[in-house]
Amino acid sequence: MTVHNLYLFDRNGVCLHYSEWHRKKQAGIPKEEEYKLMYGMLFSIRSFVSKMSPLDMKDGFLSFQTSRYKLHYYETPTGIKVVMNTDLGVGPIRDVLHHIYSALYVEFVVKNPLCPLGQTVQSELFRSRLDSYVRSLPFFSARAG
Amino acid sequence: MAIFSVYVVNKAGGLIYQWDSYSPRAEAEKTFSYPLDLLLKLHDERVLVAFGQRDGIRVGHAVLAINGMDVNGKYTADGKEVLEYPGNSANYPVSIRFGRPRLTSNEKLMLASMFHSLFAIGSQLSPEQGSSGIEMLETDTFKLHCFQTLTGIKFVVLADPRQAGIDSLLRKIYEIYSDFALKNPFYSLEMPIRCELFDQNLKLALEVAEKAGTFGPGS
Repeated sequence: MTVHNLYLFDRNGVCLHYSEWHRKKQAGIPKEEEYKLMYGMLFSIRSFVSKMSPLDMKDGFLSFQTSRYKLHYYETPTGIKVVMNTDLGVGPIRDVLHHIYSALYVEFVVKNPLCPLGQTVQSELFRSRLDSYVRSLPFFSARAG
Repeated sequence: MAIFSVYVVNKAGGLIYQWDSYSPRAEAEKTFSYPLDLLLKLHDERVLVAFGQRDGIRVGHAVLAINGMDVNGKYTADGKEVLEYPGNSANYPVSIRFGRPRLTSNEKLMLASMFHSLFAIGSQLSPEQGSSGIEMLETDTFKLHCFQTLTGIKFVVLADPRQAGIDSLLRKIYEIYSDFALKNPFYSLEMPIRCELFDQNLKLALEVAEKAGTFGPGS
């Protein structure tokens, strides 16, 4: 099991942060275009599942998996989207994504007066804290990568 | 039922077959006095709740009936605009029924095409080599399972998050498609499937899958 990468989007679709740990294949397009494509896909999935659902949803879209990876999704009421790609064997990690938002993003970005909201996060402290947190997760392992 | 619907999508993203379980959708009827404590708006020829949730009425629910008479899109049964009706205090008290809007045929076609694109993008954005498109998509109310054949046909099943045995159901549907659609001399490839035997055998396979039961919460 492993973590491939992580995206952080704000409500307007700006990619606030991107981290990469065990990524083997690039999308073949510039990074900025990849962020837009990822955000567009998530936006479409959200509207897709809200129409498709036979019942009223509370949390909405949680995750999807392909034959090789699994994408986990978490959205806050303020529209911040935390997206993590992992190996297939990882179960629901909604609490991990919530922790990334509440204990890392809120503490090191929102409360930082030097980090303007709505722009890419430049804080080295946030980057290092996020990296050490992800590396400490039980399903983060370089063996499977 | 724990299986909500089945979609068969061709390689161009067109919907060629669709089945719903027709489970009764939750509806809420309530008598209101003036002024209405829900905010309504017009969206895609339907009057939806834009704000305010109570007594089973949710944002996104559509007005289905007024005083027991079914509405017709954005018009009442007697031809008036639904949105203007609650604005007139002389019409109160008024009884309005709300529920999740049912998907029209056009909307199902659109959703099938949308999933076709999402399937491809999920593969393009993969951090791993050799990834397929989306095989399972999970929400808190349903799971979408997708099986794509080598010829590009997609079999999509929407089921309860805890429903088991969907993998074998998808392969069974592929068998039924091969036997009763492709071998039908009157069936044109990539066109909608209108084969009675396909319908019957699909329903049998769904009944078998229903008996597979459910397993614990999550996963």
